[in-house]
Amino acid sequence: MSESLLKMENVDTFYGSIHILQKVNLEVGVGELVCLLGGNACGKSTTLKTILGIVKPKAGTITFAGEDVTKVGTPGRVKLGMAVVPENRRLFAPMTVLENLKLGAYVRGEADPADLERVFELFPKLRDRQSQLAGTLSGGEQQMVAVGRALMSRPKLILMDEPSMGLAPKFVEQSFEMISNLHKSGVSMLVVEQNANMALAIADRGYVLQTGRVVLTGSAKELSGHEELRKAYLGR
Amino acid sequence: MDYLGQQLINGLTLGGVYALIALGYTLVYGVLQILNFAHGDVYMIGAFLGFFAMTWLGGPLAPTVPVALMLLVMFLIAMMGTGLLGIVIERFAYRPLRNSTRIAPLISALGVSILLQNGALLIFSPSIRSYDTSSYIPSTLGFSVGELTIDSVRLGVLVLSAVLMILLTKWVNGTQVGRAMRAIAYDKDAAVMMGIDVDRVIRWTFFVGAALAGAAGVMNGLLLRGVSSGMGLIPGLKGFTAAVIGGIGSVPGAMLGGLLLGVIESLAQGYLSTNFADTITFILLITFMLFRPNGILGRPMMVKV
Ligand SMILES: Nc1ncnc2c1ncn2[C@@H]1O[C@H](COP(=O)(O)OP(=O)(O)OP(=O)(O)O)[C@@H](O)[C@H]1O
Ligand SMILES: [Mg+2]
Repeated sequence: MSESLLKMENVDTFYGSIHILQKVNLEVGVGELVCLLGGNACGKSTTLKTILGIVKPKAGTITFAGEDVTKVGTPGRVKLGMAVVPENRRLFAPMTVLENLKLGAYVRGEADPADLERVFELFPKLRDRQSQLAGTLSGGEQQMVAVGRALMSRPKLILMDEPSMGLAPKFVEQSFEMISNLHKSGVSMLVVEQNANMALAIADRGYVLQTGRVVLTGSAKELSGHEELRKAYLGR
Repeated sequence: MDYLGQQLINGLTLGGVYALIALGYTLVYGVLQILNFAHGDVYMIGAFLGFFAMTWLGGPLAPTVPVALMLLVMFLIAMMGTGLLGIVIERFAYRPLRNSTRIAPLISALGVSILLQNGALLIFSPSIRSYDTSSYIPSTLGFSVGELTIDSVRLGVLVLSAVLMILLTKWVNGTQVGRAMRAIAYDKDAAVMMGIDVDRVIRWTFFVGAALAGAAGVMNGLLLRGVSSGMGLIPGLKGFTAAVIGGIGSVPGAMLGGLLLGVIESLAQGYLSTNFADTITFILLITFMLFRPNGILGRPMMVKV
C-alpha cells in the first residue's frame, strides 16, 4: 500500500446503547480504491458516517491526511479533503443541478468555475441539464450529480455508499466503469458495495464487514479467490 | 377609481411591511421548522432602535445631520441591532431545544416575547414615543399621477421594502449561505454531509430574518409614528398570517402573502369598515390553516427517506 491517507484504528461506534462497529481497523492509501463489502445492516454506512464525523466513535482514532481528526467535526473533515456520495445519493431535489454542484464546493467558499468545467467534462450530459431540478433527473443522471457534487470540493478521498444502488442494470456497469476511471485519474476512494463481484473487479483492496467487525481483508485478487467469501457473498 | 387606486397604494405599502415580517417567519421555519413567535417583538425593538438612532442624531425637530443620512443610520442601527438580537434569541432560546419536542420552542418563543415586551416597558418606560416624521420629511416631496397621490414616506417605504426583498432574493438564490439554507430546509443531514456548518447557516438565517423585521419596525414608525412596547403583537400576527397565506417556508410565498394581506386589509378598510382590517386577517389565517395549510405557494410537506 502507498502512503496512508485514511486510517481507522480500533474504532467502536454506538447508536445509543447498541454497539455497531467493534474494533474496526481500516486503511486507505493515497490513490487507492478500497471496497467495503458486507451484508445488510452490518455497519457499512455507519463506517462511512464515522469516518465523516456524522457519528462520533466511543473509542478508537481516525487519522486523515496526517491529522488526528477523531475530534474534528464534519465541516472540518470535509475541509481537510473528505467528500461523500451518500447512500441514496441525497441530492437536493428542489434545487437545480448547478446549485447541487455548487453546494459540493461549500467548504471552499465559492465554487471554482474550473472545477465545474471538470465535472462537465467528466459528465457532458450535466452541462445541458444545469438548470434542471435535480429531483427530475433519471437515476443515472442523479448519480452523475452526486459524484460531481463530491468532486466539487477537490477532495483527497471520496467515500461512496452503494453508488450503484437503485440503478437500472445497464447503468450499473457504466457506474463501475466511471468509478474505475476516476480511480485511474488519481482519486482515492472508499466504496461501499453490495455487488462484491463487480466491486472487487475494479478495487485494489477490500474489507469484509460482518455485524460490525472486519472479518476479512486483503487485496482484491485474494478476496475474489476467497472460498468463504465466495460462499457468503459472491455467489449471490 | 382614484379612491380604489389610493387604497391599492396604501395596501401595497402596508403589504411591503407585512412581507418583510413574514420573511423572518418563513426563513426560520424553513431551517428549523419552528414558529418564532418572538418575531413581532423583534420588530418592536427595531422600531425603538430606529427611534433612538433618530434621537441620537438630534431628534425630529433639530436633526444634526442631513435627513437622508439620518434615515440611513436609523435603518442600519435598527437592522444590525435586531439582527444581533435574532442571533442571541436563536442561541439561548432555540438551540438548547433543538432536539426536544415540537411544543418546547413554542413555549420558549412566548417566553422571549414576554421578556422583550416587559424589558422594553421597563427600560424604555411606558410612554409612547413618536417618530414625528412630518417634522423632517415634508409629505409634499411625494408625487401624484392624475388624482392619485403618494406621499413621500409611503413612496420611500414602498421602494425600500421592494429593494430589501430583491436583495433578500439575491441572497437566498445567489450565495452559498443562501443555497445552504435551502439545502438545510430540504435535507439537513445531507447538508451536513456536504460539510455545511449548519449552526452558522442558522445564525445567518436568524440574523437576516430579524434584520428585515427591524427594518419593518422603522418603516412602521415612519408611517404611523407611534412606538410602544406592545406594538409588535398585531403586526407579528399579521406577518405570520402573511407567511401562512403564501405558504410557510416559501420565500416568494411570504412576499406574495404580505402584499396580498396588505391590499385585502386596505380594501376592507376603505370599503367596509375601518375596524374590519384586523378581523379579516384572522379570518384569513383560520381559513388558510383549515383549508389550505400549505398556502398559495407552499409545497406539501416533504417526505424524506
Ligand atoms: N441512526 C441510527 N440509530 C439507531 N440505529 C441505527 C441508526 N443507523 C443505523 N442503525 C443500525 O445500525 C446497524 C448498521 O446500520 P448501517 O446503516 O451501518 O448498515 P449497512 O451495512 O449500511 O446496511 P445496508 O446494507 O442496509 O445499507 C443497523 O442495525 C441499523 O439498524
Ligand atoms: Mg448502508
